[in-house]
Amino acid sequence: MSLSSKHLIGLKNVPKEDIELILDTATTFREVLERPIKKVPTLQGKTICNLFFESSTRTRLSFELAQKRLSADTINFSTSTSSTKKGETFKDTVRNIEAMKVDMIVVRHESAGVPEYLTRISQANIINAGDGRHEHPTQALLDMYSIREKLGKLKGLKVCIVGDIAHSRVALSNIYGLQAVGAKVTLCGPKTMIPREIENLGVKVIHDIDKAISEHDVLNVLRIQLEREAGSTIPSLREYHNYFGITSERLEKNNRDVLILHPGPINRGVELSSEVADGPYQIILNQVTNGVAIRMAVLYLLGTRP
Amino acid sequence: MELPLEWQYYIYLELDHNGSEMKSILKSMRIIDPQLKIDRVTDILIENGMIKVIDDINENDFPDTNIYDFSNCICAPGFFDMHVHLREPGREDEETVITGSNSAAAGGFTGVACMPNTTPAIDSAEVINLIKEKSSKHLVDVFPIGAVSKGRNGEILAPISEMFSNGAVGFSDDGTAVKSAALLKNALEYTSMYNAPIIEHCEEESLADGAMNEGLVSTTLGLPSLPTVSEDLIVMRGILLAEYTGGRIHIAHISSKRSVELVREAKKKGINVTAEVTPHHFTLTDETLRTFDTNFKMSPPLRCREDVEAMIEGLKDGTIDCIASDHAPHSIEEKEMEFIYAPNGIIGLETQLGISLSELYHKKHLTLEELINKFAVNPRRILNLDIPKLEVGSAANLTIFDANKIWTVDKSKFKSKSKNTPFDKRLLTGKSVAVINNEQIYFDGEFKKI
Ligand SMILES: [Zn+2]
Repeated sequence: MSLSSKHLIGLKNVPKEDIELILDTATTFREVLERPIKKVPTLQGKTICNLFFESSTRTRLSFELAQKRLSADTINFSTSTSSTKKGETFKDTVRNIEAMKVDMIVVRHESAGVPEYLTRISQANIINAGDGRHEHPTQALLDMYSIREKLGKLKGLKVCIVGDIAHSRVALSNIYGLQAVGAKVTLCGPKTMIPREIENLGVKVIHDIDKAISEHDVLNVLRIQLEREAGSTIPSLREYHNYFGITSERLEKNNRDVLILHPGPINRGVELSSEVADGPYQIILNQVTNGVAIRMAVLYLLGTRP
Repeated sequence: MELPLEWQYYIYLELDHNGSEMKSILKSMRIIDPQLKIDRVTDILIENGMIKVIDDINENDFPDTNIYDFSNCICAPGFFDMHVHLREPGREDEETVITGSNSAAAGGFTGVACMPNTTPAIDSAEVINLIKEKSSKHLVDVFPIGAVSKGRNGEILAPISEMFSNGAVGFSDDGTAVKSAALLKNALEYTSMYNAPIIEHCEEESLADGAMNEGLVSTTLGLPSLPTVSEDLIVMRGILLAEYTGGRIHIAHISSKRSVELVREAKKKGINVTAEVTPHHFTLTDETLRTFDTNFKMSPPLRCREDVEAMIEGLKDGTIDCIASDHAPHSIEEKEMEFIYAPNGIIGLETQLGISLSELYHKKHLTLEELINKFAVNPRRILNLDIPKLEVGSAANLTIFDANKIWTVDKSKFKSKSKNTPFDKRLLTGKSVAVINNEQIYFDGEFKKI
């Protein structure tokens, strides 16, 4: 069994079989991660370049750890585009990468389309670690893995993605991935945070957090970008918390269990109250461990693809 | 090795034409002049750049003449593109007055109006004169558009009277809309003294922070987007202020369906508003951005199918007066960048006639006569310029094109210095064959005296 595509740019149009293969492979690696010696020689001799044009310590560490566990050689390149002239760093870097002949590139960039561009100019396998508001496929895969691990299935589940959908790169990947495996997806957030015409992707849009809690099996709660939102897309963080935040009172009103995911880092008192963030419904730390397993699976499947 | 066209042109200028009589016969063309209601197949004799005979000519009666066989071609009053960026002064690496004019000639145009967003901006008599000087000997007439505000910064009015008296034919802060309603009101009052239009790039700045059109495609591509309403608001502002002041507003590169409706209603009310559309806005939709190719990034952005259809409707019913390329050269280095950072704009002088013939004439949206009005008559009327006529005694200012020639766009063959086109490798039906103006002909890749 192997993946149908050479790259992982997003989950749009990725067949169900590929998604299931990645999730199943991650299960194997999840077991490896429980062993005393957590390293396998699978990608020995392969060179992977982590190209982070935008800071994201969590995602980068997760990828690096996955690469180390698979015994790959790693080159790290991190820069922030804000500090240099826009565009210049990118082209210089890309030229260097072309010359370096790496086997795989993991790329993160604030502009949508950069991973796609790399597929046109490089021979390497390209893995998107988040581009603009476009896609972040490994995050969605680890979310799906974590749901399946906890609830035993994905098909038929009702999943609600809560928060700033418009500025999220996780939302689209989750929508495509969950729909591919037969889950139903709802979006919940203030209208200013819902991008136009997203209903056309086959999702329901609601603005009532209590409904989100009572009518869904899973809530995938997105992080609110504090600097960006307050005063523009929402009046204040306090108002957001009062009308869209997940609190234990809200959860207790609901007489069935609901699973809570969060890609981290959490803004306590904004999208989740502190009790909820530490409470029994969330699986946020599992998500972190599962993230390494998912990234191992993706790297392994692409790196050993015939 | 073929010389760059810019050099060829200078070599041509150096040649001594020794003042001898030049006579040329253009044979067997279908000549169409919508103004004079002419549409027939005949020949034209040109002597020292002037039309001497329009009739069937036996070339044996005229020894020592150059014969140009243009059978199967259409001959019309020279075409005019009222919205191009020639990048001079400031970005001569991307385009110059000469290379831009060469590109215009190759695309079938005998005149262009160039936008003032250069460095420095065209906001003084000096810059107007610099451009006029550079283009003075060229086949293609270049008419500068002056900036509305000094430095295009939206603060104070640029010296409009001074620019107008030195040859500016319209005023614009293109690249952006005129910054404030107050400044636009004053600019409309002031330019109405000269009956010159204000050419508005319609984009409400506070809504324009995006890299593509807002809609389903931007949602799925995760690119920051700007809505059509950002255009509609500025179109409406321009219309209302034109109505109030009696000034003239020209809507540059209209792209939204609602804006076309606004212009249509305003024209019905008798308000002084005109509009142009680019070939890309009546041909392409935002779906083309799915590959993240920055050659599809421009301002205003490509819109949806219903907007494209509204452009064609607007062209058909006369709401949209003319077609203009918004020729915007950018270097490859600049365009080959992350999508959100890449500059807006594409070149269009050498593709727009082919696209218009393919998409409008061959698809039966416009007749040839209507198309000639959009390319030759209306843009000059908007800018108060003389409209060339196919009549004896007039200076020959002609575009000769083959409406049925099938060809494939090859950007490496462009005369423009830049290559940023979304139409490379596109199969088109209809192409310019020759242009004649200022006692010169551009034919077969060369300029010659006529
Ligand atoms: Zn413009």
